[in-house]
Amino acid sequence: MSYDRAITVFSPDGHLFQVEYAMEAVRRGSTAIGIRGKDCVILAVERRALAKLQDPRTIRKIVPVDSTTTLAFAGLTADARVLINKTRTEAQTYRLTCEDSPSVEYMSRFIARTQQKYTQRGGVRPFGIATLIAGFGLNDENEQVPVLYQTDPAGTYSSWRAQVIGGRNAKSLREFLEKNYNDDMGMKEATKLAVQALLEVVDSGAKNMEICVVKGAGEKHTMTEAEVAVVVKEIEAEIEEGKQQKTSTSS
Amino acid sequence: MDTVFGVEYEGGVILAADQSNARSILTYQSNLDKITKLSPSSALAVSGPNADLVNFSEYISKNLAIYQLSNDGLQLSTHAQANYCRGELATALRKGPYQVNCLLGGYDASSGKGSLYWMDYFAALSKVNYGCQGYASSFCLSIMDRDWKEGLDQDQAVAIVDKCIKELSLRFLMNQPNFIIKVIDKDGVKTLKFGSDPADT
Repeated sequence: MSYDRAITVFSPDGHLFQVEYAMEAVRRGSTAIGIRGKDCVILAVERRALAKLQDPRTIRKIVPVDSTTTLAFAGLTADARVLINKTRTEAQTYRLTCEDSPSVEYMSRFIARTQQKYTQRGGVRPFGIATLIAGFGLNDENEQVPVLYQTDPAGTYSSWRAQVIGGRNAKSLREFLEKNYNDDMGMKEATKLAVQALLEVVDSGAKNMEICVVKGAGEKHTMTEAEVAVVVKEIEAEIEEGKQQKTSTSS
Repeated sequence: MDTVFGVEYEGGVILAADQSNARSILTYQSNLDKITKLSPSSALAVSGPNADLVNFSEYISKNLAIYQLSNDGLQLSTHAQANYCRGELATALRKGPYQVNCLLGGYDASSGKGSLYWMDYFAALSKVNYGCQGYASSFCLSIMDRDWKEGLDQDQAVAIVDKCIKELSLRFLMNQPNFIIKVIDKDGVKTLKFGSDPADT
């Protein structure tokens, strides 16, 4: 049996169905949101309700791929594990050959290139994941600025100011972000926006979210449940206030 | 010929190496740092031709970085790192050997102790309390045999290292004016002193 026949082939009307099915697999995954603030990047993921006997600490959806780059994914966890391992090895290989840390853009390009390769090779299927890659890079004035990249199963990659991957409501969440995003958000504001967006999809608040704040110089901070709960409370209080104002003006 | 030696003490390890990069009758460089940090709490002091020295230590340190990243920040123990190095040397031995003789020193937070491993280019590995690679062994091992004891503190260990360096400058044929000394303990890998600043390349 020959394993050199391609699985991903064109349909008569120009679709790559395997890639589109892979994107459907991404939609079935849990939501991941990335928001670029003016001095940080927020990665927020939905932690789907776990089985009671499962240890939540062994489920990681936001992972470091290099000391200065962090990745969140949506889709098939096993595929993500394979792709992340390849990416980590690539980061160290880059460090070994170039004696410098790879840029976030380089890592995103590598991940995208790998994902595309698997759509054009015999015997393999595409990766069923989309990724959000966060870190810091240099702008034209040689200053450190936050960057956020996204890749998808087709192998495309691009830079985003805010993006949502995974979950059934990705489109409406993106619209929510478009409406409420502004370019000048500090850490607190950006975190609040991320939590607000996640609250639209997540069942019951802080314990079903994982929020990671990527700051400059390779620093990142994963918020504890207590810290997230504080932000959730703040948002819920604002919603209550908004409701009360509405009822008081209408009555 | 390189001089590389190390001493283990209570709560850490000291590694020392000469800083000359020379071949035949020429000295290329006299501020080379032959002690590479492998992980936040371990370092490898290497003796051998510059190409193999750099290639081997960088390769090992990058692979240990992958391990740490893939395992949620967990570091390999010094014992595991030493055996990993040995394994790489052994695999390369019958393909394209690395001609490196090394001393791996590390600190394990779980035991609160330092450990020193002696490795030669045939991939022989041994855990030691103190060790030397190269011609230094002929001069320094006897000093260490006499002065080392269980439960030394850092100052006493540094004193032994200084004694060895003094002996070498007096009795060893090759002139090695610069030595770099690094300490590995609970605070990580730090340079204690150097003869010539390695950053000044």
